[in-house]
Amino acid sequence: MKNPEEIFDLLKNEFKEAIITFDKDTPTEPIILVDPHQIKNVCLFLRDNPELKFDSLMVLSGVDDANGTKVKDEDGTDVINGGTLSVYYHLHSVYLKHKITLRVSTPRENPQVESVESVWKSADWHEREAFDLIGIVFLNHPNLRRILMPYDWEAGHPLRKDYKNPEFYQGMKVPY
Amino acid sequence: MGLLDKEFSDDNIVIAKVDDLLNWARLSSIWQLGFGLACCAIEMMATSASHYDFDRFGVIPRNTPRQADAIIISGTVTLKMATRIKRLYEQMPDPKYIISMGSCANCGGPYWEHGYHVLKGIDRVIPVDVYVPGCPPRPEALLEGLLKLQEKIRNESLRTKSA
Repeated sequence: MKNPEEIFDLLKNEFKEAIITFDKDTPTEPIILVDPHQIKNVCLFLRDNPELKFDSLMVLSGVDDANGTKVKDEDGTDVINGGTLSVYYHLHSVYLKHKITLRVSTPRENPQVESVESVWKSADWHEREAFDLIGIVFLNHPNLRRILMPYDWEAGHPLRKDYKNPEFYQGMKVPY
Repeated sequence: MGLLDKEFSDDNIVIAKVDDLLNWARLSSIWQLGFGLACCAIEMMATSASHYDFDRFGVIPRNTPRQADAIIISGTVTLKMATRIKRLYEQMPDPKYIISMGSCANCGGPYWEHGYHVLKGIDRVIPVDVYVPGCPPRPEALLEGLLKLQEKIRNESLRTKSA
């Protein structure tokens, strides 16, 4: 069993600049910020290292940080320019009974994160959900298409903070 | 022996209006499409089970829309599901009836404002005969809705178009 500081030190020694920061002051648990294009290698290491053995991805969630600049468009609603979208990885080791949380941040205009589907199979549908609702593109995902919204949904990704619902979908009025 | 027994044993003829006979047959065997959507479906199943016993009104679930007379929209209708429900409805033979069960199917319910994925009332897609309010409605409420539907069928006529 290792605490988050020891896990961070192990990762920092192995990956150097791919491990960006270690945030201890969050109200919940410490979070390690990782390079989005190195996240797969980091996860493989976390899974296979005998001292870590993270065999379970509990949850993978996409988050709209909404930290860009807000601009009013012509109909008076906010549009966010710049800033980041994030993915959080909550890992757990059943063998060693320890946990860690990883985070990657990727620019809102071109959100690309390496897929960890090849590391944990449970990431498959979680990544599809993050793609469907937030619009994060997972590189090298085997089947990256919408999972909850209809396949022909063209109005964007509903959990983005500046999302606007369409007036009609297939001839059905959407607003109340 | 009663009067009706004598009628049958004498000449096997009972006189009734065609309308009454058809309506009686229809309302006494409303076969519903075996189909549920959300928490309302749990109440619908409770209504089908032994305590409330939908079958005493002739309601039994059929597993194909081609043999169903009624469809109970029991739960939240997402936009994705609405296209499928429309297709199921179109596969049902006439005459066909729709009971909209619960707030979600009636008007979107708790998803009326922020439910980006919810159809705000199934009557935007298919014509509804009876609305049952509740969130979810108790089995008694669904039974009341069924009795309302039976009442509606009882007053139909061959000469006027039904729903």
